Amino acid sequence: MSDIATLPNGWQLIVGLEVHVELATKTKMFSASPNRFGDAPNTNIDPVTLGLPGALPVLNRHAIELAMRIGLALNCKVQPCTFHRKNYFYPDLPKAYQITQYDHPLNVDGHLMLPGDVRIGIERAHLEEDTGKSTHFGGSSGRIHGSDYSLIDFNRAGVPLVEIVSRPDIRTSEQARQYVAELRAILLAVGASDAKMEEGSMRCDVNVSVHKPGTPFGTRCEIKNVNSIRSVGRAIDYESRRQVDLIEGGGVIRQETRHWDDSTGRTETLRTKEDADDYRYFLEPDLVPLIPDQAWIEAVRAALPVLPAARRNALGQLCNVDKDGESAIVVVERGQDDYVRSVVDAGGDPARALVYVQQAFAEQGPTPKIPASDLAALTNLERAGKITSTQAKTLLSDLIDAGGGDVAVMATKRGFEALDTTAVESMVDAAIATESGAWLKYCNGEEKALGALVGAVMKSSQGKADGKVITALLRAKRSS
Amino acid sequence: MQKLVDIAFGVSNGSLSASDVVEQHLARIETRESEIHAFNCVTADQARQDAANIDADVKAGKKVGVLAGVPIALKDNMCTRGVATTCSSKILEGWKPPYDATVVSKLRAAGAIIIGKTNLDEFAMGSSTENSAFGPTKNPHDISRVPGGSSGGSAAAVSAGFVSGALGSDTGGSIRQPAALCGVVGVKPTYGMVSRYGLVAFASSLDQIGPFANDVRDAATLLEVIAGHDPMDSTSIPQPAPSLVSVLDHGVSGMRIGKVTDLPEGCEPDVLARLEAAFDALRAAGATIVDIELPSITYCLTAYYLIAPAEASSNLARYDGVRYGLRIDSPDLNAMYAATREAGFGDEVKRRIMLGTYALSAGYYDAYYGKALKVRRLISDDFARAYKKTDVVLTPTTPSVAFKFGSKTDDPLAMYLCDLFTIPTNLAGHPAMSVPFGTGAHSLPVGVQVLAPTLGEQAMFRVAAELERAS
Repeated sequence: MSDIATLPNGWQLIVGLEVHVELATKTKMFSASPNRFGDAPNTNIDPVTLGLPGALPVLNRHAIELAMRIGLALNCKVQPCTFHRKNYFYPDLPKAYQITQYDHPLNVDGHLMLPGDVRIGIERAHLEEDTGKSTHFGGSSGRIHGSDYSLIDFNRAGVPLVEIVSRPDIRTSEQARQYVAELRAILLAVGASDAKMEEGSMRCDVNVSVHKPGTPFGTRCEIKNVNSIRSVGRAIDYESRRQVDLIEGGGVIRQETRHWDDSTGRTETLRTKEDADDYRYFLEPDLVPLIPDQAWIEAVRAALPVLPAARRNALGQLCNVDKDGESAIVVVERGQDDYVRSVVDAGGDPARALVYVQQAFAEQGPTPKIPASDLAALTNLERAGKITSTQAKTLLSDLIDAGGGDVAVMATKRGFEALDTTAVESMVDAAIATESGAWLKYCNGEEKALGALVGAVMKSSQGKADGKVITALLRAKRSS
Repeated sequence: MQKLVDIAFGVSNGSLSASDVVEQHLARIETRESEIHAFNCVTADQARQDAANIDADVKAGKKVGVLAGVPIALKDNMCTRGVATTCSSKILEGWKPPYDATVVSKLRAAGAIIIGKTNLDEFAMGSSTENSAFGPTKNPHDISRVPGGSSGGSAAAVSAGFVSGALGSDTGGSIRQPAALCGVVGVKPTYGMVSRYGLVAFASSLDQIGPFANDVRDAATLLEVIAGHDPMDSTSIPQPAPSLVSVLDHGVSGMRIGKVTDLPEGCEPDVLARLEAAFDALRAAGATIVDIELPSITYCLTAYYLIAPAEASSNLARYDGVRYGLRIDSPDLNAMYAATREAGFGDEVKRRIMLGTYALSAGYYDAYYGKALKVRRLISDDFARAYKKTDVVLTPTTPSVAFKFGSKTDDPLAMYLCDLFTIPTNLAGHPAMSVPFGTGAHSLPVGVQVLAPTLGEQAMFRVAAELERAS
């Protein structure tokens, strides 16, 4: 809760997020042109994409299905819905209106759980189409005003989007970051989007306001151009502080749209409410209402994969670690939790299996090539004290380089002659004798003295003894 | 007048040459087009080539389509690949569509020969073609008078014998009104029966493509070709084209014909007299006349002039000078938008864009657009009640015969009243058609309008065929 502490004098941060994600369909929302990032400009176009006179939109069934997956994964109600036109002029908006959903969106009233069982409400997750992409040349700002000329790429126009609107339930910038990260994990898990913020297939608009608890929410500002999870946190921290400073200086917050500049770490006014467009929403007459039948909804629900939160929970239980801890988050994000489970099923040690996978399998993808039984064998060597944790790490990288193999043979090759416990115990007894001063201090409760004793054993074993085993032995001897 | 079914029959059995047919029609265009101005462009070379191909196919014994060799004109708001599609507007200057509208593909597949693109009120907004950026079309019955609109060019082209059939679009009466004024048959099918893919949108929830022809059979034949589900149009009805020609000889015995007792006033007496004569003819043919009420009909015009401009303001926003058509270069983006649209659109189009923008604005939506949608529901309810008592409804198509050029151009409301009887069916999404039924003042054609419920085309065509037999 450190972020609240950064707002002085009892100010409370209120954040809501609008996240746009491009759906991973083969074709566009309303036409058969490919939905593909990175192609040569203006190659994935057709009369519908360009909004040519007479062209008409036809809904992409796969886009609806992916949007339903998102809604169901966010615990939304999937309902009969309609499409509206949002009218405004801009060169990269070929029809001069965007087809979107207005008063009857596909998905409503869901929620997403953050670590620590924080529940963030989802107001809606609706379908709409993306615009083309403008690039402005000349001028200093990189924006259209003041530029010499602009070029437009319509490959992105008509790409299906889902806009996910949270309720203003987020209270810290850390929660906002967690929300975006969790949402991204869900989108990837259900296969709805590649959710690459750097390529713009996932984009965040952040609504920020501040108030004093017990009073109504303050006027909000919407921040655009927030292009990474890190920027989400930075932009919120900056903007909330700006608002508090302004209010405390006697100023008033205007409702406006602000632009996040990642290089300066500041937000700047983009447009105020007064010059906001009147979008003149009305029902899109070229489309008919979309009424997903219950059987379709249930089929999509049944086909949903286990979601990241449930997988982290299961992994946490399996390995007896915190479900919201780093290792569970990372391993589930990589989709390697099933692999950890197969290592355990092969008789491996759960906690060690998780640590190995987290630390060494970043490049391996969801189905690592190393046979689970080999990794299981490695965890067991370490658990039995036959190798040290340092040696285990070395063998782990040998195992990865070789793509699997007999770890016992590898240990022998490396000369990791595992010392049995009796050998270590005699070395411990010898160290107690030679370092009697340290032993005495340790017996009197000075934990610091342990270092000298362990060091002596390590030295006499030439590093082959396991530090943990030595410590355990010393501790046992002290208490006996 | 050569019927299109006769041409198709003759061409497909080799007794007629498609090339000869095309040359005859091009000759008629050559003779009279300069005074009528039905066309924005005549695609003579392509037509000759297409005709030669049809003749070659017939000679080779290949199967040809039901419209083989039939010269057809298209309203110039339907996209034709590589051929300018102007909507009679300067804003689309230089634009050639890279694709064919679905109706164009269907016509070509049926062997029709496209002769050219016809004049219209700019973006189909008007009732006289006086709003065309390229000058008005004249009524072939009296060139001092308008052909009606907005599909005036298509109606005039059929009426003058330039083509044996044509397509128009009908948003508030733009097929039926010019059909009535030019003395030809004009059909607005059920909304969704004919694909709108490639029809440049005016008001998407009202627009519908339909045929013009010299008689009911030709119109039915054309509609059978262009109707049917199109996966490219989400509002297209998912069922095959109806069988219409097969019912034309069924007569009207036992049918119920609705007569609107609360019809708005303002009709010329001659027009009302022809309507009465139509009821008499149907009664004589064995139909029963049933009184019905459409109490919401008086609100339809107002509702239409909110809904149609609202949709138009959005549909026409894409003409911004950025990607195609006219561009007036200016120092910055907003100035370019303004200068381009100022130069590119005519007064009526600007009037409707402003009206529609206003109707959809925050704070006004509920009072205008929202209320108009309620009227739309009311008139649909009125019709639903009426069609429990009757199979079709008969009204005048227009309040008057063709009027003089300039007589309504200074009074937009007087012009809007031309569509009084045609608008309600567009709001309800129903089919309706105009059939010539004698003449009125100045011996000019009068049309009678047959209205039917959704997908009631068969009943509508049976009644239309009976009226044609009686006229």
